[in-house]
Amino acid sequence: MTTQKEEYPLKKVLIICAKGSIEDVYAALIMANGAVMEGIEAKLFFTFFGLDAITKKQMNSLHTSTVGNPAMRMPGGLPFPTLLGAIPGVEAGVSAMMKSQMDKLDIPPVKEFLEMIVAGGGEIYGCKLAADMFKLTKEDLTEEVTAIITVGQLYEMSGGIGTQIIFT
Amino acid sequence: MAETILAGVTVKVNGEGYFEDLSQWTKEMAIEMAKEYSIELTDKHFEVIDYLRQKQKAGEQLTIRKVGGSGITDIKGLYTLFPGGPLKISSKLAGIPKPVSCI
Repeated sequence: MTTQKEEYPLKKVLIICAKGSIEDVYAALIMANGAVMEGIEAKLFFTFFGLDAITKKQMNSLHTSTVGNPAMRMPGGLPFPTLLGAIPGVEAGVSAMMKSQMDKLDIPPVKEFLEMIVAGGGEIYGCKLAADMFKLTKEDLTEEVTAIITVGQLYEMSGGIGTQIIFT
Repeated sequence: MAETILAGVTVKVNGEGYFEDLSQWTKEMAIEMAKEYSIELTDKHFEVIDYLRQKQKAGEQLTIRKVGGSGITDIKGLYTLFPGGPLKISSKLAGIPKPVSCI
């Protein structure tokens, strides 16, 4: 007899974003949007600095770090010296460049990306503990956010065969 | 490469059922393929399908954002028209290759 490998299709993903840099936030957004586009239920959970991505005041001014990032390169491929990254304005310039590159690839701004995910049936949540820590309430968060929830509530949503939790 | 019979015509498709040859496509084939997804195609569906075929012929990369901004329907509407795969299913029904975009 041959043993047949059974495959369970992915049904639901819970994606946790704990960091607030452009690349961390977009990794979570792209994965969540990609899931709903494939018909996979997606819940996106923002915690700690990741909360910046859903905080009205911060969501449009996310940055990428130019300091302590060994994969950072100058245009042309030369290494990007950490000290250069520390000069005021450099991080803003690099971040603006990254955003313009993303725009060329039809990658939307954060707010619009959240709207796209919600339009596809995805859900956005903020972390209770982190919100308390940063003194944020539901009113400080963008309207795409369903609720501020605890980690216990997050796990309650994680049941069912074919569910995966992804921590970006 | 595989072959399948749609609306009485043999068409070339890939392993996942996407058309190999855009020009073999007809509306009747789309209607027949849509049944597999329990979708009854309306004029709105065909507007999206026509848009996708036009953009594909023009060599543009397709994203749901682009279709959502086309003026035919918004992104939510696109999910309602093609549940479970707004770009994947619409592309298949439009007889164009499987979308390669991540957004």
